[in-house]
Amino acid sequence: MRRYLPQYLAIAPFFVLFAVFGVYPVLYSLWLSLQRWNGVSPMKFVGLENFRFLISDTAFWDAIGNTFVIWVMSTVPMLVLSMLVALGLNSSVRHKGVLRVAYFLPNVTSIVAMSLVFGSFFSNEFGVLNWFLGLAGVDPVQWLNDPWAIRTAISLMIIWRWTGYNAIILLAGLQALPGDVFEAAKLDGAGPVQTFFRVTLPLLRPVILFSVVMSAIGGLQIFTESQILLGNRGGPEGAGMTMVLYFYNTAFADNDFGYGAAIAWGIFVVVVLFSILNWRLVQRPPRLTSQLKGASR
Amino acid sequence: MNRAFTSAALAIGALITLFPYYQLAVMASNTTADIYSSPPKFWFGGHLVENIGEVFAKVDFFGSVLNTLVVAVATTLLVLFFDSLAAFTFAKYDFPGSNVLFGLLLATFVVPTQLAAIPQFTLMAKFGWVGDLKALIIPAAANAFGIFWMRQYARGAIPDELLEAARADGAGFFRTYWSVGLPVLRPALAFLGIFTFVNTWNDYLWPLVVLIDSNNVTLQVALSQLNGLYLKDYAVVMAGTLVAIVPLVIVFLIGARHFIRNIAAGALKG
Repeated sequence: MRRYLPQYLAIAPFFVLFAVFGVYPVLYSLWLSLQRWNGVSPMKFVGLENFRFLISDTAFWDAIGNTFVIWVMSTVPMLVLSMLVALGLNSSVRHKGVLRVAYFLPNVTSIVAMSLVFGSFFSNEFGVLNWFLGLAGVDPVQWLNDPWAIRTAISLMIIWRWTGYNAIILLAGLQALPGDVFEAAKLDGAGPVQTFFRVTLPLLRPVILFSVVMSAIGGLQIFTESQILLGNRGGPEGAGMTMVLYFYNTAFADNDFGYGAAIAWGIFVVVVLFSILNWRLVQRPPRLTSQLKGASR
Repeated sequence: MNRAFTSAALAIGALITLFPYYQLAVMASNTTADIYSSPPKFWFGGHLVENIGEVFAKVDFFGSVLNTLVVAVATTLLVLFFDSLAAFTFAKYDFPGSNVLFGLLLATFVVPTQLAAIPQFTLMAKFGWVGDLKALIIPAAANAFGIFWMRQYARGAIPDELLEAARADGAGFFRTYWSVGLPVLRPALAFLGIFTFVNTWNDYLWPLVVLIDSNNVTLQVALSQLNGLYLKDYAVVMAGTLVAIVPLVIVFLIGARHFIRNIAAGALKG
């Protein structure tokens, strides 16, 4: 063992930090979830009471619902837009480098900062968005008052942030596809639309699934957009209350550490269940062969 | 598809994507009264310097810029050092337990941040680090993602012959890492550096939790406070927002092409 001391020293920093700031906190949060504690007065052991309450807590279930609704409302349009941008960038247009950077820029810009900018766009009376809608003859939308408008507003911000990122990844996937498949499709007389749906899309399936999985990981953690735009309570009727915002609000605004820890475990269970679902989706065998058969019929 | 049509569609999409940045600059250079006007202003005003002055006068914005810079630079340097050292070791050395330890490292990916957040906070309170920048830097000084990602790179990039040559010259393990490993890893370091800097600069939830009641905040928390304080004074909030994103946009633009290429390559491998 002495011989390998330098190697063990070299990898030690990560493991030491993880033990202190990862393993210990996770174990301690299990203990905390069995207590009632506001962080100041002595802890009181309450057994499984926090979890019993969590199961029947409609606010928590609403937060789960909001999170998934916002995830779907943002991910579906985002993937379609990303695909269109990727296809465009994969064709023979000029200035690809500049376009790529322009589309990617939102992904590295602070969410807090852009939530403030979008907050002004969504203003009912003087917002830019309602002004543009007015030009098109659409009545002003109560962006930050109406529950569905709130969810739409948050989704729009997520779409803006992630379309370029996913377009870059889909583009890399497109560029890695074998060229002879497309020549074969052309020889068989397939048009561009047919080629896209019957050849490109099935071949791109692993890359699309990567995007879906990544957006699920990020989507279940939505917090900043809601908190900046609507505050700790998630706005009118709590329409923008997400799982992580509910956790933050309970633990750090209301100082309810015991119940906060129980919520964190609740979120963990949701994330694990959803990951298993995702994993099964990824494991399903690709349908490329059956689709190609369908094309030749 | 028609090339002219594709070009036009992509250009319009890019303009829509960039519009929020443009409008941010417009709002930051106008007065609040101009912003609250209908139809909205779409052209720059002459109040940018005045608005920025207001930001720095009313809250300790300079302090928060400095704090963010300290946290981002310190975290990035520590991550680059610890992650590259661990990645180099995992990639190039076989030692008892190396596979098990690397598997353990991958397993840490599944721990969600919320699960650790409350105990981390009480831990910081015990250390006396609440309101201290150490609470942001130390826990983030090494991470599984960086080690995993850089190990993939190091395996292919560092030839075994180079390591053997260094050993024949009498170089020890750390000497070999420093003079053989690090130079080869430079492109990977550039990516991980920008990635870490950007994420640290933009981080919000943890700084909000651990710095909130102190005068010692980061830029993102200061922005959120500025928004709370001057809800009506939009022009000032927008000027602060502009100041907060400009340095980052510059850092990103410097390494953009390299950075985007790595994002795409990493996704395809993963």
